[in-house]
Amino acid sequence: MLDVRGLNKVYEGSGRRVEAVRDLTFTVDAGELVCLVGPSGCGKTTLLKCMGGLLTPTGGEVLLEGRKVSGPPPGMAFVFQEYGRSLFPWMRVAQNVELPLKQKDVSRSRRPELVADALQSVGLADAADAYPWQLSGGMQQRVAIARALAYEPQVLLMDEPFAAVDAQTRADLEDLVRGLWRERGITILFVTHDIDEAVYLGERVIVLSASPTVVQEQLKVDLPDERDQLHTRVAPRFAELRTHVYEQIQAAKRGTPQDAVKADTPPPH
Amino acid sequence: MRRVLLQLFFVLALPVLLVAVWWLASDDSTNVFWPPLRTILQTFPDVWTADRLRDDVLPSMWRLTAGFTLAAVVGVAVGTVIGSYRRVRAVCEPVLEFLRAVPPPVLVPVIMLFAGIGDTMKVAVIASGCVWPILLNTVEGVRAVDSVMAETARSYGITGAARLKNVVLRSASPQIFAGLRQALSIGIILMVISEMFAASNGIGFTVVQFQRSFAVPDMWTGILVLGLLGFLLSVVFQLVERRVLAWYHGLRASTRRSP
Repeated sequence: MLDVRGLNKVYEGSGRRVEAVRDLTFTVDAGELVCLVGPSGCGKTTLLKCMGGLLTPTGGEVLLEGRKVSGPPPGMAFVFQEYGRSLFPWMRVAQNVELPLKQKDVSRSRRPELVADALQSVGLADAADAYPWQLSGGMQQRVAIARALAYEPQVLLMDEPFAAVDAQTRADLEDLVRGLWRERGITILFVTHDIDEAVYLGERVIVLSASPTVVQEQLKVDLPDERDQLHTRVAPRFAELRTHVYEQIQAAKRGTPQDAVKADTPPPH
Repeated sequence: MRRVLLQLFFVLALPVLLVAVWWLASDDSTNVFWPPLRTILQTFPDVWTADRLRDDVLPSMWRLTAGFTLAAVVGVAVGTVIGSYRRVRAVCEPVLEFLRAVPPPVLVPVIMLFAGIGDTMKVAVIASGCVWPILLNTVEGVRAVDSVMAETARSYGITGAARLKNVVLRSASPQIFAGLRQALSIGIILMVISEMFAASNGIGFTVVQFQRSFAVPDMWTGILVLGLLGFLLSVVFQLVERRVLAWYHGLRASTRRSP
């Protein structure tokens, strides 16, 4: 579905050459929910922007269903961390959700259906006529998610979407994303710096190294599909997995080179 | 009800006080150039008849509207282009700063040479003065489009005309309106000045005519009319702005509540 091959991104400017992403290779299968986690400043956002066609990589390529991504592809939707700056404050909630559909040439009769359905599934059917700034932070991020859903993307890219909301709202939104993923079978790539969040949400966790970034480890999350905040987070297996990811991140921060990039090898029980 | 009355009191208190002071200070004035306010107000209905409104006020308003509209269209269009492209901005900025620094009234004699002394000249003078604040504010507004919003638009394929209409101009609209507001007061000034230079009708022309014929109270009524007109236009402008920028005021109020 989504192929990242030898991705490399170097920023050059004012006499400084910064290699943000060195060499990243991984794939995301159709219908998967993959979390990318890494130490802060490790180029997660750079990677996601390259994948979304918002940045041109210096080397390597990103393929969406075999086709090279060279600009924002119509099959991808983005959810940004800064919900307050990602929604258009001059448009009502429904208009915000509808605008990308107009650009996608969705027929006039179909658009209201998609908008209503998307708002319904994020629990904001009542807020269609409100302005984004009349809503709380968590609700605004729900609107951004609804906008992405209505767009009917093949892949949903989420860039630390819950980093700026409070802990309780965050738990609700995590469950919302898992629920939507299970209901709709979309492919989701979720970037976060929160290890617990990555393990709780993901079917697979890709641990990134510190910048210049490579894949530190890929880890299959063998928790049951049915997850909830109360029980999953205290499950012994959850603790094992998060400890393992935590160690990997600490190793990444210290810059300890890993023997090899291991794929799909969960730690032993 | 009490709140409305209180608000009305705050709005009217100072104007009423000023008029009262003027009234009392000028009441026993015998100076020809400084007639009592009573005399001015008595003259008012005789001077500003329906005929005069049609023959002088209406032409003035037409010139102002035409000049202002022209300036708004050109200012927003050119400002958007300059604001959107860094290269264009680098080339244009020094020239803009120069042109903006030229006091607009000084252009009246120059424009008269090209455009004669008819309405074209007045519209051109008004437009050439009004265009700068609109243009420069538009440039700033277009430049300041939020980077996350710009990326959101890009990632959802909102480009070209749709981006201009739904993102860039809307995002710049608070600055554009700030420019329009400045331009409106400049426009009124230039309307009067251009009519004082050369005209056969208009409010500015009338005031000068009265002054030349020593009809001093009549001249004062002309000044009152200009003041009232400016006030009225500013009220209308505020109503339009409040409608168009309702989202902006709401947004600002909500960020003030929760920083």
